[in-house]
Amino acid sequence: MAKTIHLKKGLDIRLVGEAALSIEPASVSDTVMIKPTDFVGIKPKTLVQAGDEVLAGSPLFFDKNNPDFKVVSPVSGEVVEVVRGPKRVLLGIKILADKSVRSLEFPRIDAQNADADTLTHYLCDHGAWAFIRTKPFDAVAFPDIKPKAVVVSGFDSAPLAPSVEFLLKGKEEAFKKGLEVLAKVSGAKVFLTTHTKANSAGWANAFSGTENVAFSGAHPAGSVSVQLHHISPLNKGEFAWYVHAEDVARIGTLILEARFDGSRRIALTGSSVNKPMYLETIQGSSMASLLKDQKLAETEFGNRIISGNVLTGDEVGQDGYLGFYHHQVTVIPEGKHREFFGWAAPGFDKFSLSRTFFSWITPGKKYALTTNMHGEHRAFVVTGEYEKVFPMDIYPVQLLKAIHNDDIEQQENLGIYEVSPEDFALCEFVCTSKIESQSMVRSAHDLLYGELVDSRKEPVHH
Amino acid sequence: MKPLKRLVENVEPHFAEGGKWRKYWPLFDGFATFLFTPGHPTHKGAHIRDGIDLKRTMSMVILAMVPALLLGMYNVGYQHFLAIGEQAAFMDIFMYGMWKVLPLVIVSYGVGLGVEFVFCIIKGHQINEGYLVSGMLIPLVCPPDLPLWMLTLAVIFAVVIGKEVFGGTGMNILNVALTARAFLFFAYPADISGDKVWISGVGEQVVNGYTGETALAQFAKSGGEVAAMGGQSFASQADFLWAGFIGLIPGSVGETSTLAILIGAAILIFTGIGSWRIMASVALGGLAMGYLLNGFSGAFPDNGYLAIPPITI
Repeated sequence: MAKTIHLKKGLDIRLVGEAALSIEPASVSDTVMIKPTDFVGIKPKTLVQAGDEVLAGSPLFFDKNNPDFKVVSPVSGEVVEVVRGPKRVLLGIKILADKSVRSLEFPRIDAQNADADTLTHYLCDHGAWAFIRTKPFDAVAFPDIKPKAVVVSGFDSAPLAPSVEFLLKGKEEAFKKGLEVLAKVSGAKVFLTTHTKANSAGWANAFSGTENVAFSGAHPAGSVSVQLHHISPLNKGEFAWYVHAEDVARIGTLILEARFDGSRRIALTGSSVNKPMYLETIQGSSMASLLKDQKLAETEFGNRIISGNVLTGDEVGQDGYLGFYHHQVTVIPEGKHREFFGWAAPGFDKFSLSRTFFSWITPGKKYALTTNMHGEHRAFVVTGEYEKVFPMDIYPVQLLKAIHNDDIEQQENLGIYEVSPEDFALCEFVCTSKIESQSMVRSAHDLLYGELVDSRKEPVHH
Repeated sequence: MKPLKRLVENVEPHFAEGGKWRKYWPLFDGFATFLFTPGHPTHKGAHIRDGIDLKRTMSMVILAMVPALLLGMYNVGYQHFLAIGEQAAFMDIFMYGMWKVLPLVIVSYGVGLGVEFVFCIIKGHQINEGYLVSGMLIPLVCPPDLPLWMLTLAVIFAVVIGKEVFGGTGMNILNVALTARAFLFFAYPADISGDKVWISGVGEQVVNGYTGETALAQFAKSGGEVAAMGGQSFASQADFLWAGFIGLIPGSVGETSTLAILIGAAILIFTGIGSWRIMASVALGGLAMGYLLNGFSGAFPDNGYLAIPPITI
């Protein structure tokens, strides 16, 4: 019987546009783009130029801060553009994809008998290391820093998020292999978490060798840092690894079939999508290809196309590409409308954590929320809202103030190593003062991660 | 609404970056966002946001004060007519109170928001909604006959020293309304304490048996009996406590009615704006301090106030 942890705090934002549990292949993406900007704290160095032929599994770039990890191409085709921004910052590598994918054939490895180092090198060399990220910081793991735990979340609690069980359908073998590899490479306990509501059939119990922990409660129960906080809290200097469940299966495929699996299953969601559903596609595929068979709703101010979910995703637009770690695309209406005496209106159509709008009368209603801010930025006001949606034994407002004041010692005392920007997404959502707390936590983590990277460099001799 | 919206959108460029009235942007923004919610979409972070903003939050607090305000208005008239020994109809009673209280509210809002606007224009900040609550709280904690010039000074002092010097709403370490009240207490003690100020319009003409003494003063003297307050007398202690619960006793405009304040508390807790923990800790803290001082009453036999138990039923 798995351990169950009950979370009382949190909020499920009830949105229209959940993906139906049916899957179709997306129309083939002409171009795919892999974006170094999807990786935290990375200093990318490109390994290809425009005109190069690549196969699925060919390395595209590596990180100068963490040279062991390489990012490889998910498809075969021709590199058409190395996209750079101001100061020649590498923004992405665009590949014109072949109609059918040809994979680079890797040497096979005997995972059963290989030692941890050999396996680690195998994952690093063949593009699978990029799937393994660390808490804190959410950067790709350093292969030489062993974690105290590995967490694979078996559910995603974000608004309209895909069912992880459904993403893994038919990939159970590879998933199982991936879990074994993770246990061996990390030398730590692998936790597989489930939600009491989703895991009706004891899905996780089919995978031996992991410790299964069930959670109950609203979002952000699916956040790995929230789960870690209750399973194995991180102190300063400690690390945990986490891998998305579908990526665990792709690690498994690499070991089983000795090829890089660039496929990706995503949920296409949101109130502006006419047929929310799951799509079988490729990592880094274009929004144009994913939305080709959809009729987006006609709205006054247009639609916002988001790679990821509405709380933490990136606005990518019609010309954008799927993010490296995203398993969801959400399309919602833009909201630039001004409302006459909106602050005094009864607000039957306004979703709120509070009961200040009469929408409390309809507790089960689903909403088609727009991108409207519903207010202006203000100073922090003590409202108690953050604490209602933050299921950790951490003071979110005090921590944000310590970040605001650049007081690192205070941040450490208040638990900066246990939180992630995504944990603050709901705080940001419910905030009366419209404070952008995710980016505050991100900047604090960037600073601390930079210090970690610097401390790992060889001392410079003059 | 369409023409009004067009008007707002048409004059906006004049106040925006590069416009001729750029300096007065906070003034424009204050009025424009009062009329229409701002149409800003999200730019980074969460793409969708809760419907709530500071205007809505503060509106709820004002709503929660309305029962105390209305009952306060009625009670000001009620105490006045009782004290001078005249019969009056319900509406007359209420109108008398309203004409006493409304000027306090208007002066409080006018002066306070004026100071806020000046500071916002100087500093180029947006108008914050915090004063909408303070502006209502200040009249509620003042005696009904407080001269308006005193109120004006108190509001200016409170907004500047209590809030703006710290950087405005959210930055203040003092409660603005209580700063105003404290200012009045120390600057003009005769007008905000003692026996004479708690009932409006009491001159030479008072009813037989009139007493201006506060309940506390009577408690301290008699050791537990309040027989009369203002122009009314109480047959029993229960009568007095009931009048106090409903709010028909002399006092500051909004302080007398426990019932109205409890209704306000219920609104705040139900909407999720107020925290019952904070409310409960204020009440418990007051009680604990009361009992603590009670314990010292033996050491100071001359001070009758110390001997009053916090709960007497």
